[in-house]
Amino acid sequence: MPEQPRVELVCPAGTLPALHAAVDNGADAVYLGLRDGLNARNFPGLNFSLADARRGIEYAHERHARVFVALNVYPQPNRWPAATAAVDAAAGAGADAVILADPGLLAYAAERHPGLNRHLSVQASASNWRALEFYQQRFGVRRAVLPRVLSLAQVRRVIERVSMEIEVFGFGSLCIMVEGRCALSAHVTGESPNTHGVCSPAHAVRWQERPTGRQARLSGVLIDEFAPHEPAGYPTLCKGRFEALGALMHALEEPASLSVLELLPQLLAAGVSAIKVEGRQRSPAYVAQVTRALRVALDSCRRDPGNYRPPAACGAALERLAEGRTHTLGAYNRPWQ
Amino acid sequence: MKLSVGPLLYHWSRPQVFAFYRELASQPVDCVYLGEVVCSKRRELGRAEWAAIARELTAAGKEVIVSTLALMEAESELAALARIVADAVTIEANDMAAVQLAGGRPFVIGPHLNVYNGKTLRLLAALGARRWVAPLELDPAAVGALLAERPEGLESEVFAYGRMPLAFSARCFSARVRRRNKDDCGFVCGEDHDGLTLYTREREPLFALNGIQVQSAQVRNLIGVVDALRHSGVEIVRLSPHSPAAVPFTAVIEAFAAAIGGEGGAQCPPSALPGGYCSGLLRAERGSGSA
Repeated sequence: MPEQPRVELVCPAGTLPALHAAVDNGADAVYLGLRDGLNARNFPGLNFSLADARRGIEYAHERHARVFVALNVYPQPNRWPAATAAVDAAAGAGADAVILADPGLLAYAAERHPGLNRHLSVQASASNWRALEFYQQRFGVRRAVLPRVLSLAQVRRVIERVSMEIEVFGFGSLCIMVEGRCALSAHVTGESPNTHGVCSPAHAVRWQERPTGRQARLSGVLIDEFAPHEPAGYPTLCKGRFEALGALMHALEEPASLSVLELLPQLLAAGVSAIKVEGRQRSPAYVAQVTRALRVALDSCRRDPGNYRPPAACGAALERLAEGRTHTLGAYNRPWQ
Repeated sequence: MKLSVGPLLYHWSRPQVFAFYRELASQPVDCVYLGEVVCSKRRELGRAEWAAIARELTAAGKEVIVSTLALMEAESELAALARIVADAVTIEANDMAAVQLAGGRPFVIGPHLNVYNGKTLRLLAALGARRWVAPLELDPAAVGALLAERPEGLESEVFAYGRMPLAFSARCFSARVRRRNKDDCGFVCGEDHDGLTLYTREREPLFALNGIQVQSAQVRNLIGVVDALRHSGVEIVRLSPHSPAAVPFTAVIEAFAAAIGGEGGAQCPPSALPGGYCSGLLRAERGSGSA
C-alpha cells in the first residue's frame, strides 16, 4: 500500500524555547504570535519580539521547518495601523505564512504581500465550503484551519469540495463554541478572542478561599466553586458550573481536551493537509512532549494506516497533559448533525 | 432614524409566530427581519407560510429582509441558503457562505459576520452590502469609530433591545441541560420562549440558553442612548422579539418609536426576565472596579 502523502504537523510556540522544542521534536511547522496584542493568545509573558521571531524563523528554516505567524484578532480602527505593520513585519522577517481571520487584513496582505502565503485562521469561523470558497476567491487563501465544531464526515465533505489545503486541530484545549463567534468573555470581562486575543483573561480571575471551598471568579462573577479535595480548573467561562432548571451542572462544557490520536487514519484518508496542536500558552516541556508523541503517531499512521493503533506510550504521555485529565474526540465523532 | 424588528431567535409555536407578526403589521416599525438564524432543524412554518407573512408585512409598508443561519455546516443548510437567496429580495448574511451566494446583489451584513474595521466594511460594500448591523461585542463608541470610516451609502444598524446573542456551538444547550441528544432533541428549546436562564452558584442570572446559541441573561436596552447613537451615525435601531411573558413587545416598540421621535425620557416597560435590563456588555455595565 502506498504511503499517505506527508501531512504537516503544526505545533505551537509562545516563546523561543518552545519553538526550539517543537522543531527539535519533529514539528514540520511552528506557529507563533508577535508581541503586539494582535493574536489569539495575547497573554502576559508570551509571544515573540520581532528579533526573537527572526531568530526562531532562522532556527526553524535551518532544520527544514516552516514558521507561520498568527495575526488573528479583528483589529478595530485604532489598531489598524499596528495590524498592517504586523503583517509587514511578518513578511519582512521571512515567515512562511500569516494566519489571518479579518477580511480587511486578508485583503491588505493579498495586496501588499502577494507572495506571502495566507492561511485562514480558525477565528474566521469558516465552517462550510461556500464560506471557504469566499476566502479563497477573494483573498487567495491557500490553507484554512477548520473550526472545532465539525464532525469527521463534515470535514471529509469540505475537503472534497474545496481546492485549498485544510488544517484541523488534533490536540489541545477544546473550544465548544464556534471560534470567532463567541463573545461570552467580552460580556463578562470586556475582552474576547475577537477584540483582544484573549478568553477569560488571567487579570480578571480572582480566587477566594471560603469555608465551603475555593471560589473562582471572573470579573467578580462566580464561575465555579471547588470542594477542598476537588481539582480546581482555570475559570474559563464555558467550563464553569452553573444552575439550569434547578440543577447545578457544567451546563455548557465539561473540562476536557481534544485528542485525535484514534482518528488519525480517518483524518489522513479524508485528505487533511495538516494537523494542528493547540497551546501557545504551554511550556516548552509540554510542547516537546506533545510534538514528539504526535510525530510518532503520525509517522506510524502514514507508514501503515490499515494497522495503525494509537501508540500506547504516546497516549499515556498525552493523557497526563490533558486538561481535566479526559480526552474527547470533540465534535469529530458526534453522531448528530 | 428607523426602527427594525430583528429575526425571531426563539422556537415559538405556529400560533405564537402568526400572532406576533399579525400584530407587528400594524406597529410603527420600518423594517422586519424574518428567517431562522439559530437552528436549521426548526421548521414550524413552511416556506409558503413565511412568504405569506412577508407579503402581509410588505403590504403594511414594512421593508422585509430574510436573515440567514449563523452557523452553517451541513450540505442541507447550504441548499436551504441557496433557496433563500433565490427567493428573497434582500438577505441579511450571517455567514460568509451567504455573502458568497448573494454574489453582487444587495445584502445586509448581519451581526454575526465579523466586521471590525473600515477596510472590511468597504470590501463588503463593494460586494453589495448596503447595511451593516454591528457585532454585539462592539459598544456604541466602537461602532461610532467604525462609522467614521464607512463607505458612502452604507446604512448602519445597532441591536438595541433584547437578550444579546453571544455565542454559537455545534452542541445544543437546550437539549444538553435536559439530558437529551441533539439528534433526539424533541425541540425542547420550544419550552423556553425567551431562552432558558443560566444562573451562577450565587443565583446571579448570567446567560440564557437558546438551542445552539448562548445569550446574555440581561436584556440589552439602549433606549436611553438613542440620541447618542443617532449622533454617531446609526440610522436604524433593532428590537429583538420577546414573548408576552417577558415584556409587552408592542409597548417596547412604542417606547422606542417615541425616543426616535425625539421624546426625551421615553421608557420601556420593565422586563420580567431574570437579569432585567442592561445597557450593553456586563463588564461595561459594572465598570472596571469589579475585577
